[in-house]
Amino acid sequence: MEIYLDNCATTKVCPEAAEAAMKAMVEDYGNPSSLHRMGLRAERILTGTRKAAAALLGCDYGCIYLTGGATDSNNIAIQGAVRARARMGKTIVTTTVEHPSVGETVSMLEKSGYTVKRVAPRANGQFDPEDFLEAVDADTVLLTFMMVNNELGTILPYEKVVPALKKRFPDLLIHIDGVQGFTKLPFHPERLGVDLFSFSGHKLYAPKGIGGLYIRKGLRILPVEYGGGQEKAIRPGTEAVPAIAGLGAALTMIKAHQSEIMRNYRERQNQVRSLVKEIPGVVINSPENGCPHIINLSVPGIPSEVMLHALEEKSVYVSSGSACSKGALSGVLKAFHLPDERIRSALRVSFSRETTGEEIEAFAQALKEVTDRLGAVVNG
Amino acid sequence: MKEIILAKNGEIALKGLNRRRFEEVLMRNIKWRLRDFGKVKISCMQSTIYIDPEDSEFYDFDGAIEALRHVFGIASISRAIVLQKDMEDILEHVCDYIENALFDAKTFKVEAKRSDKQFPLKSPEIAAQVGGKILSRFHRLKVDVHNPDITVMVEIRDKGAYIHAGSIPGAGGMPVSSSGEAMILISGGIDSPVAAYMMAKRGLSLSAVHFQSPPYTSERALEKVETLCEKLTPYTGRIQFYCVPFTEMQEALKAHCPEELFTVMMRRMMMRVATRLAQQKEIEALITGESLAQVASQTLEALHCTDSATPLVVLRPLIGMDKGEIIKISREIGTFETSILPYEDCCTVFTPRHPATHPKLSALEKAEAMFDYGPLIDRAVEGTELKPITG
Repeated sequence: MEIYLDNCATTKVCPEAAEAAMKAMVEDYGNPSSLHRMGLRAERILTGTRKAAAALLGCDYGCIYLTGGATDSNNIAIQGAVRARARMGKTIVTTTVEHPSVGETVSMLEKSGYTVKRVAPRANGQFDPEDFLEAVDADTVLLTFMMVNNELGTILPYEKVVPALKKRFPDLLIHIDGVQGFTKLPFHPERLGVDLFSFSGHKLYAPKGIGGLYIRKGLRILPVEYGGGQEKAIRPGTEAVPAIAGLGAALTMIKAHQSEIMRNYRERQNQVRSLVKEIPGVVINSPENGCPHIINLSVPGIPSEVMLHALEEKSVYVSSGSACSKGALSGVLKAFHLPDERIRSALRVSFSRETTGEEIEAFAQALKEVTDRLGAVVNG
Repeated sequence: MKEIILAKNGEIALKGLNRRRFEEVLMRNIKWRLRDFGKVKISCMQSTIYIDPEDSEFYDFDGAIEALRHVFGIASISRAIVLQKDMEDILEHVCDYIENALFDAKTFKVEAKRSDKQFPLKSPEIAAQVGGKILSRFHRLKVDVHNPDITVMVEIRDKGAYIHAGSIPGAGGMPVSSSGEAMILISGGIDSPVAAYMMAKRGLSLSAVHFQSPPYTSERALEKVETLCEKLTPYTGRIQFYCVPFTEMQEALKAHCPEELFTVMMRRMMMRVATRLAQQKEIEALITGESLAQVASQTLEALHCTDSATPLVVLRPLIGMDKGEIIKISREIGTFETSILPYEDCCTVFTPRHPATHPKLSALEKAEAMFDYGPLIDRAVEGTELKPITG
């Protein structure tokens, strides 16, 4: 039995999405830009997917732009926003725990002359909303941060921060990287005042290579790439219709089953928490109030990668917080003030809608066996 | 117009009575290396190998020449047109054939070689006539006999006349497998692929042995080593790749040997396993990528301890080279990019904090006597998997 607990890295495509993608490849294979009927049929697929995403975000489907994935969305959002606000200020506010697609993009802008302020978690590993309010000033053109941290599951305080800042600075653009939070937490960009919101398909049972970007109605940002005008010229290039069809089907499936999917995440997390209590040496790194589909834990003394491969031998697949080989510790876990020993041994376990209680029991059993065996080698 | 490739033999041209045997090995290697390029006739005369494609019009000459550039035993390679041994035929075709090569040239010279002494004109006369023909066609060109942009070669050989616009250097060295077979201990780092390349250049065919220790090393580390072997095959030909399960051995060493001796003891165990595998196949030598004083296990004392664990000849072609020199070759042969991928072959769980730099053989033998490693060596040999890598 393969026990796949790395669903924050990517998920298995759901049957509905695979079928929709297949149909788009062999039946509705026209180019959405073509004027004939085959083109129209392909264009309808794009519209269907926009509507499915809009239904989950409570927005107009015209606000949904389809992209090549969340890295693409984040780049378009951040670079496009600062370029659209070029004359209004030179400061960007973000956090110290971002995914590289945000972190690196912001660093590139920093090198080109922007002032970047990075809000850090407090000593308890939580963000204080006050820190965001303090960082943003009249020179700030963009606030960009993640909805849920991808390594620990920590939920960032967007519910408090976004409305408060929008009230003080109506022209400030706010971008949320929603890759790990979208469909897992209630989120309504218009109600909150979020201008830009990125999400990825393959974390949500859709194929890889497809993502989306919500852009607030009436907001104009400048494109990063230029071409044939697709996606209102924000993301030109012939649309990846099969992947888009898959995304639409996956989002529709999630919408129909959202509460049972969420219940499963929560139950699995509770199960892991109670089972690992019985294994000496295991400590939990994720906060109690984190996003339910992620749990991060450590077995101090045993390097993450060795642990990962030992679990792999038992067909259990998890993720390591950091690559031990080069000795570099995960910058994000360090930013959350985790001790080095825990960072070196951090493992991320993440659930899917299909993860079962038996799988979690088998994972806990494997973790116990591997901890015993490796513990003896490392300490012996 | 019929074209062929001429590969001039290198060092083997100097061999005496054995020459024919070396030439045959080289021709066999060439045939193998060109196997994906379509049918060719390969023959050897006058220290030159003739590679004659059945369908020269659609033959991928550039690809084949690129492949030949990696074949040891070849001194130089040229792509030539085949003509009648007849001055009229030569003068009629020479300009058309070399027009592209001369496109950007300002100066040229013609060199003629006449190994068929029956041919009525002598070399200087051939060169003069061909040179005159070229000058009359391309008015912008000038002759420069000392430093020409292009040298046009006219070779009058036994079987025909050949014209080409110069040759490119071959890989040199001796044909692979003309010197026997050896087994390289390959880790995934920068050094061992370079060592393999260097010994293949002296005519050895290769087996490779890699020690893997999951879960302390990953499948990607193994994949990396296989990729390295694959990247060597243009030079070495097929490599027999032996993958040894080594986890149990590393765990036993960690549990039973003094920490500071771990690396040298592990190297000795590796030598023992490699020796057993080599002897099963009647392979007479081992190759390592060690370079004196590069790390703790590569001091004179440590090398002595490693050598003592095998009766086989241990070849260490990098022994006197600096890291910079090794990296330079590694870049040239195209293994560097793969070697620096981060997947490591020995986990930090095992590597001692302070390895002994001057280990004594007696101390090692005493430490080895504390535990019966014999069955572990047996199991490592028995569990070894063989995978031929053809590239």
